[in-house]
Amino acid sequence: MRIYPPHVRRSRAHGALVITAGFIGLLLAAFFRVQVLGSSTWALRAESNRLRQLPMPSPRGTIYDRNGMILADNVPGYAVTLLPGPPDSIRATLERMARYVDLPPERIDRLVADLRRYGRELVVDADADFEVVSAIEERRSEFPDVYIEMRPRRRYLAGRAASHVLGYVGEITADELGSDDFPEERYEAGAVVGKTGVERQYESTLQGDPGVRYVEVDARGRIVGDFRGVTARPPRSGEDLHLNLDLELQRWIHHIFPDSMRGAVVALDPADGGVLALYSAPTFDPNDFVGGIDASLWRELNTDERTPLFDRSVLGLYPPASTWKLATAGIALDLGVVRPEEYMPEPCTGVFFWGGRPWRCHRRDGHGYNNLAQAIGNSCDVYFYQLGLRIGLDRMLGMATELGFSRRCGVDLPQENQGIFPASRDYWTQVWGYSAREGEALSLAIGQGPNSQTPLKMAQFYVALARDGSAPPPTLAQGIELGEGWSLSLDSASIAALREGLRMVTAPGGTAHLAGTLEHWEVLGKTGTGQNPQSLQGLAPDHAWFAGMVGPFGGDPEIVVVALVEFGRSGSAVAAPIVSKAADFYLRRKHGIPVDTIQTLGEHLRTVGWPRWYRERFGRTQ
Amino acid sequence: MTRLFERWSLDPGLVISILALTLFGIAMIYSAGVVNVPNPVTHDAWIRQSVWFVLALVAFTLLTRVPLRWLEWVALPSYVVSLVLLAATLVVGTGAGTAAGVKSWIQLGPVRFQPSEVSKIATILMLARLLSQREDRLASLRDMIAPSMLVALPLALVMRQPDLGTAMAFVGILFAMLYWAGTPVALLALVASPVASLFLSYDTMVWSAYIVVVILFLYFYRSRLYFFESLMVVLANFAAGTIARPLWNSLAQYQRNRILVFLDPEVDPRNAGYQVIQSKVAIGSGGLLGKGFTEGTQKRFDFLPEQHTDFIFSVVGEELGFLGTALAILAFAWVLTRLIRMAQESPDPFAGLVLLGIFGAWLVHIFVNVGMTVGLVPITGIPLPFVSYGGTFLLMSWVAVAIAVRVAREG
Repeated sequence: MRIYPPHVRRSRAHGALVITAGFIGLLLAAFFRVQVLGSSTWALRAESNRLRQLPMPSPRGTIYDRNGMILADNVPGYAVTLLPGPPDSIRATLERMARYVDLPPERIDRLVADLRRYGRELVVDADADFEVVSAIEERRSEFPDVYIEMRPRRRYLAGRAASHVLGYVGEITADELGSDDFPEERYEAGAVVGKTGVERQYESTLQGDPGVRYVEVDARGRIVGDFRGVTARPPRSGEDLHLNLDLELQRWIHHIFPDSMRGAVVALDPADGGVLALYSAPTFDPNDFVGGIDASLWRELNTDERTPLFDRSVLGLYPPASTWKLATAGIALDLGVVRPEEYMPEPCTGVFFWGGRPWRCHRRDGHGYNNLAQAIGNSCDVYFYQLGLRIGLDRMLGMATELGFSRRCGVDLPQENQGIFPASRDYWTQVWGYSAREGEALSLAIGQGPNSQTPLKMAQFYVALARDGSAPPPTLAQGIELGEGWSLSLDSASIAALREGLRMVTAPGGTAHLAGTLEHWEVLGKTGTGQNPQSLQGLAPDHAWFAGMVGPFGGDPEIVVVALVEFGRSGSAVAAPIVSKAADFYLRRKHGIPVDTIQTLGEHLRTVGWPRWYRERFGRTQ
Repeated sequence: MTRLFERWSLDPGLVISILALTLFGIAMIYSAGVVNVPNPVTHDAWIRQSVWFVLALVAFTLLTRVPLRWLEWVALPSYVVSLVLLAATLVVGTGAGTAAGVKSWIQLGPVRFQPSEVSKIATILMLARLLSQREDRLASLRDMIAPSMLVALPLALVMRQPDLGTAMAFVGILFAMLYWAGTPVALLALVASPVASLFLSYDTMVWSAYIVVVILFLYFYRSRLYFFESLMVVLANFAAGTIARPLWNSLAQYQRNRILVFLDPEVDPRNAGYQVIQSKVAIGSGGLLGKGFTEGTQKRFDFLPEQHTDFIFSVVGEELGFLGTALAILAFAWVLTRLIRMAQESPDPFAGLVLLGIFGAWLVHIFVNVGMTVGLVPITGIPLPFVSYGGTFLLMSWVAVAIAVRVAREG
């Protein structure tokens, strides 16, 4: 007991109390610092800990045709999305998911790579089937970090009929993201963007702004629920787009274009250059691309030798052949080197001698004396040889260049090929290695030689003839100004003569009479037979062209249609009926005439014989 | 109720505050189970804790009837038995739940218990008996050898499990009881000085300065120390400073990380620093008033580690705010103060020593457990008395309360 007297106990207890107070004070100070002084910082961290910001996809703008019909809209779809996490566990989840979702190993690899790259949520399936959605929902506990969200799904009501022109949407690629067209402040990985066609051209209009919402997650990144505390930003949908396109016409062209053939049809409104139809065959279904195209289908589309993804209407380059004779005529009239009523001094005897060699006409026994209209009607080569000589090579090259035969039309599409036409004599030196001879003008005058044009370019040229000689750029979107275009200075007599020539093509005795005669409308047009590498070797038929303008009798043309059928052999037999029937369909609807009896004269003859309207108009039958 | 306590001459202030802390603990364990991520372990832990609480009250009632001398008499056998049990855990011990890697538990039929908890009380009793039999105060290092060895035995066994937290409690017990036994504070500081040497040796200049301070201190203190003892202190300091680096190098990476993240949790936020960061986020986001009982988001979404056991105080901080943590800390301060006062009022050396032993153990538990939730102390697996989930621990803590009030009454 000696060592524990009360005063020692008191002093020892006092010491112990001081030590206790020290420790307790330290704890209180630490908690005060964290909970009172540092509270706001830690509160923020707690929020970011458990809240995950998720984008809410915005619906793309609807695309309408000229009549207010919907070309492309959105329907509710489901996307299967995976929250970010450690790559290994994400991979495991994906592999488990592969039992229910079509997830090939390469896709899993890509998704894991995306995760490493962006570290954000992964869109596993942007367009999940209902079966997939229900399979995952039933196994909620197996996929805690997966969420299924409604997201607008693009739908192309025109389907295969308007595939190339409208294009399609797809997930933004790593290369696109952050490029000038897809700035990072507007686009995020996983965004659905326009890839081709109008969808691509008007991407910035059609694309909306994605909204933001929050979900609560636990420590392992599993979704616990939606969070409503923070103001979520609703998505803003993209702007609608109105096109000059005519959906019904587009469908009709798809309907009448021969299934087995490849080619393109372009229909323009001569009033303003509006694109009424832009069709390329064979085609594809853009709906297949929505939500990611099936790999095997993608392979199939890309390896198909018929190249269905290739838009022949704006990318295909074909020798324009006789359809280009109108360009020769237009240039000659513009330059004033010929008068419309004037006969060429040299009559067509089937052959024309110039430069010490014969230049043949397609008709061996010749066309005799021709004025301009007759020469067009007969497609007389000898007349145009002489016209070409009058123009001269240099002026022809200069004028054709001015008319844009070696440039793009400037249509509002992301892709368009420029025509091939020599800008000057240098072309021959550079390409062929010899200096151009004056005789090149003869070939060029009849649409041969180094001259390849897109169907769209030829249509644009014929728009000038259907107007006053001026050609605005073909325009898809309504209410936009694409520029001036170009213009031929032609007086009304010249225009009348050119059209008269085109009229003769479809008049009785003309090459396209059967295909170019309609009950209600007058068809003016020009056939073309484009030689191509295969046809020159006798391996395949020539390409068939028909460029036409159609309108009421005695009035101005109201639609220009150009059809090109690859290896179609005959412009009059294959391409011309497409043009006539396309124009007929468009004009009947425009003028309120039922569209159930659309037939060319040729089709009438093959079925019921001479139609009454033919007798009434021409007073006779052949 | 008060009359019941009075009849047993209990300390109502201490018992009521501990009763309140236990109920508070059960409430917090209940809250820890209210999560948005289903967890079968934490879900009904509060029920099990309540059952253990009932058992603890029974044990408390029984033990408050045991005379003080019985406790003195039982000290040696219980100490020996606890050593045997501790040794047994190294062979047949199992881990549990989140502490699956350690061998701290012994399974006896349906009951699992931690011998180290028994050992703490047995050691307190044994050490109290040893020190109370001394005729004079401890004045030299040599006087401290026997008490130190007595604590070192169970401490070494606990370290082998390994259970660093409980080992630290043993150190707390030793120092608190030596202090009460009259050991000069300077001597205690000298004994502890090699530990400081261990940490300061990371910088040779700082360490050298520290050694000079120690030697100067020994010189002015020379009259009260044998030369041999001074030499030992200096040598121990040199040794600690010298082995620091090899010791550091011999640590496993995760052990080093634990120390490094104590200095800056953000060096390894995903692994070693994760717990302390998440705990601080929980406590800090609780702010002044907290998010409300059961409303803690860090807890609900499973960000908090060990939220019903070692990190229960993070739940307190998140849901009840600084108000809650301060009140809880002050409640513990009150309990510690009561123990000191009770010891001061006990003329019996054995009683005073037992009370200080319990004080030392609880001080370490409270300071290390609460401190680690705010990053004040490196993370150690150590529960908070009366509040953390854990059957044996709650029971033995209440046994300690019973012993405390018993010895206080008789002492």
